[in-house]
Amino acid sequence: MARVVVDVMPKPEILDPQGQAVANALPRLGFDGITSVRQGKHFELEVADDVDDATLAKIAETFLANPVIEDWVVRRVEA
Amino acid sequence: MRVGVITFPGTLDDVDAERAVRYAGGEAVQLWHADHDLKGVDAVIVPGGFSYGDYLRCGAIARFAPVMQEVVDAAKKGMPVLGICNGFQILCEAHLLPGALIRNHKLHFVCRDQWLKVENNSTAWTTRYDRGAEILVPLKSGEGGYQADQSTLDELEGEGRVVFRYVGDNPNGSRNNIAGITSANGRVVGLMPHPEHAIDALTGPTDDGLGMFLSLVDSVVKA
Repeated sequence: MARVVVDVMPKPEILDPQGQAVANALPRLGFDGITSVRQGKHFELEVADDVDDATLAKIAETFLANPVIEDWVVRRVEA
Repeated sequence: MRVGVITFPGTLDDVDAERAVRYAGGEAVQLWHADHDLKGVDAVIVPGGFSYGDYLRCGAIARFAPVMQEVVDAAKKGMPVLGICNGFQILCEAHLLPGALIRNHKLHFVCRDQWLKVENNSTAWTTRYDRGAEILVPLKSGEGGYQADQSTLDELEGEGRVVFRYVGDNPNGSRNNIAGITSANGRVVGLMPHPEHAIDALTGPTDDGLGMFLSLVDSVVKA
């Protein structure tokens, strides 16, 4: 088994109202100096050894992310 | 004519969509998300709600439901399909319509009666309206912000495929105030507002939404 991480983020040109709301809250909470926040999703998959990179890319591209509005990155990490 | 209305786990507005079909003189046929079966219907409505709890993204899981595989195949052969609210999100996820719907720009769930301008009255679902007419129907969604890249927007605008546009304040940050769009052949329409809740002044703000269902019945009778 291997652990695979998929990070999904809104594309830079797509409005991210949730990230903006977080960014706007930080100064109110006394945290200064943070100029921008983008909010995305982080998936951790436990994957059998015979699942290849092309399959993982297909999972990310067709299901975990919507490529119309989101970018994705797949990484294999040490379990 | 027979109009299928899909029910997913978490669908809310299937009953009102079926009622709207009957008001327009059609026969409403219940379709179940887990069946590979459209029961020989002439058109399909994908109604509003929170299919599969809206987990992952709105419509992302519903798009892969067995019945949706059938809807995609039928739509590609020209069957009229209408996606309302969550149904619009599902049709975008299924790539029957371009673009995507994201969280409302002010993060609030918007629930109000909303004026829309009819921009295209040549789709299978809008022939009963005058072009430029303004209609009042409920809007109730938290993720109704229509997004697409600039080239897609230019294509939609250039080909007259924006069907409905919000009048007045943009309620959700949709690009170009887009409330609803259509496919290149004008058979598939998706919109965030709810015409099926505005078919009788007794139970809705107006009966302005009924025209969509009457248009469909007209289109199939003529075809």
